[in-house]
Amino acid sequence: MENEIRVGRVPARHEVEGEALLVVDDLRTSFAVAAGSVKAVDGVSFELYRGHTMGVVGESGSGKTVLSRSVMGLNTSANATTTGSVLYAGDQMIGKSSKEKKILWGAEMAMVFQDPMTSLNPVVTIGRQLTEHVRYHLDMGKKEANEVAVALLQSVHIPEAEKRLDNYPHQMSGGMRQRVCIAIALACGPRMLFADEPTTALDVTVQHQILNLLAEQQRDRAMAMILVTHDLGVVAGRTDDIMVMYAGKAVEKAPTGELFAHLRHPYTQGLLWSIPKVTQAKHTRLNAIPGRPPNLIDPPSGCKFAPRCAYAQDICRVEEPTLRSIDTPDHVFACHFPVGTPEGEEAFARNVASDYPPALAAVGKLRASEEVVG
Amino acid sequence: MVKTIAFILLRLIATLLAVTFLTFAMVALLPGDPVDTILGTGPRPPGIEEQIRADLHLDDPFLVRYVNWLGDAVTGDLGSSYITDQPVADTISQRLPVTAQLAFMSIFISVLVAIPVGVMGAYKQSKWQDSVSSAGVQVALSIPNFIFGIFLIWLFAVKLGWLPASNWNRLSDGVVPNLKTSILPAFALALGQMAVFSRLIRSDMISTLQENYILSARAKGLSDRYILFRHALRPSSLSLMTIIGISFGALLGGTVVIETLFAIPGLGFSLINAINGRDILLIQGITVFIAVMFVIINTVVDLLYAVLDPRIRRS
Repeated sequence: MENEIRVGRVPARHEVEGEALLVVDDLRTSFAVAAGSVKAVDGVSFELYRGHTMGVVGESGSGKTVLSRSVMGLNTSANATTTGSVLYAGDQMIGKSSKEKKILWGAEMAMVFQDPMTSLNPVVTIGRQLTEHVRYHLDMGKKEANEVAVALLQSVHIPEAEKRLDNYPHQMSGGMRQRVCIAIALACGPRMLFADEPTTALDVTVQHQILNLLAEQQRDRAMAMILVTHDLGVVAGRTDDIMVMYAGKAVEKAPTGELFAHLRHPYTQGLLWSIPKVTQAKHTRLNAIPGRPPNLIDPPSGCKFAPRCAYAQDICRVEEPTLRSIDTPDHVFACHFPVGTPEGEEAFARNVASDYPPALAAVGKLRASEEVVG
Repeated sequence: MVKTIAFILLRLIATLLAVTFLTFAMVALLPGDPVDTILGTGPRPPGIEEQIRADLHLDDPFLVRYVNWLGDAVTGDLGSSYITDQPVADTISQRLPVTAQLAFMSIFISVLVAIPVGVMGAYKQSKWQDSVSSAGVQVALSIPNFIFGIFLIWLFAVKLGWLPASNWNRLSDGVVPNLKTSILPAFALALGQMAVFSRLIRSDMISTLQENYILSARAKGLSDRYILFRHALRPSSLSLMTIIGISFGALLGGTVVIETLFAIPGLGFSLINAINGRDILLIQGITVFIAVMFVIINTVVDLLYAVLDPRIRRS
């Protein structure tokens, strides 16, 4: 049943491989506020291939949501400025009028939002919310669009799909609503799906189902997907590449397996440690990264993570590291003293010896994580 | 549902008791003797004053008069005017259609103008379109409706000669003749209302446009116009509904000035005459009637909320 539904075009396999669907270069988005300019995305570049999934990971305020909205061109508040280059299928998105972008929105690229409780219109039926853009983009009649809607609801595993068309969002649970949101995003058969923390607002049990559903749909439709999350655990098994963001910049980028095998950036390490483990003793303190993300209006000079970093040396506070790689060219990171390298170990040891607080905190976490492993 | 209706009826009865009692009390406190009004200033035959007092039970204590009146009112007998002897219920049924039509038309015109103006103000917030409409609203609010009425008469009746300056053709005389006499007063009444309504829609719309579901509608590539009118308008019109209900009720009793200006035989016109003549039963009847309408309209508004917002509906 699920495989019957094919709305819009689905690329053939040969189309899928080897061609970058999305090429983002030096993307910057800032918001003008009274106190200055908030650089929410500060020079991010990446490529995404057809049918591939990229995870974008970072804490709240790291710029990951603004990044996905900037790529789509959806930041429309009057005080937002986006520069750089976003090539979608060879087509420059930056500088397009919103009229031109609307042709792509919903049809070519779609977004699943964070909170399904607020991202469906409470006074509009599920049926209309599922069909209005299908009718608009694909020029379908009401009856035909309704059939598509039923098929879509079935494909996201919503029981009694026909009856749901007349429902209003408040008559459904959070998980159901997120399924509806996914169905809406998939309705016109987009080639590019943005999932902006699609499970953050859901129960843990439902989170898993929704992530599986997204993976299933992404695979079946050979869509490219950007999965934005604050949880490294979420992207671990479900993405081809991972980009870790901090203070509006990509601080580490690698194929998923490579990243988990040889993570280089202390921030990535901190994110990984902060995932609570079932094997931990009860009432273990959560291994949060100490401190907070920096103020993006007036960020510290040097590496933005330095004030919270266990490896930070004097140079880190002065000179901002740029993205580089050591042995694998597709694994890049922005750090002077990367994790797992002699320089990094040395810097860490020096910080521990001089009682540098973030380093001492890290020692505890390291021990805790080793105990669990051992 | 039965419970809801019972509650509505109970509220209606309580409101009416309060309204009738208060108006009865206030009218009783008015200076001036009804007997003088009825007899006028001419010579009086001896004994007639006493007879009138006895007929009208004017010497009964206040509470007794109130209870008697209430008992009759429940059976539909609102008494007769002291002055014209016409039954109060007849006066109301003659005058009400005129005032109700004016009220309805002016609300309709106000909403028709206010929705596009308010929606545009929100959509083009702080741009020139918004500034212009805000200025327009300020002007509209600061012009008293009778001044605007005089202006309309001057323009359309005196200068252009398109419409009559005053008078009233009943709907039964034909729609066009009726519209000719009703459109100007309806517009005069609508001016201030459309300003208030459009401000209300604008501010509600601005907050609706911040909602996540508007962002998701935009991400679907829908046109701005579609999003504004099909997604944002309905959730932004709940407070408008409330104000429409209140305005409608207020118009039923509050069109006095405009009715006088355009010489329209409406309810307000009768009410002001009744007050001038201390025609207690007529005052009482009209006031009670307006109160009933007010409560009914507000009940209808409550029910309309459910039409606008499915979350209020009970399954």
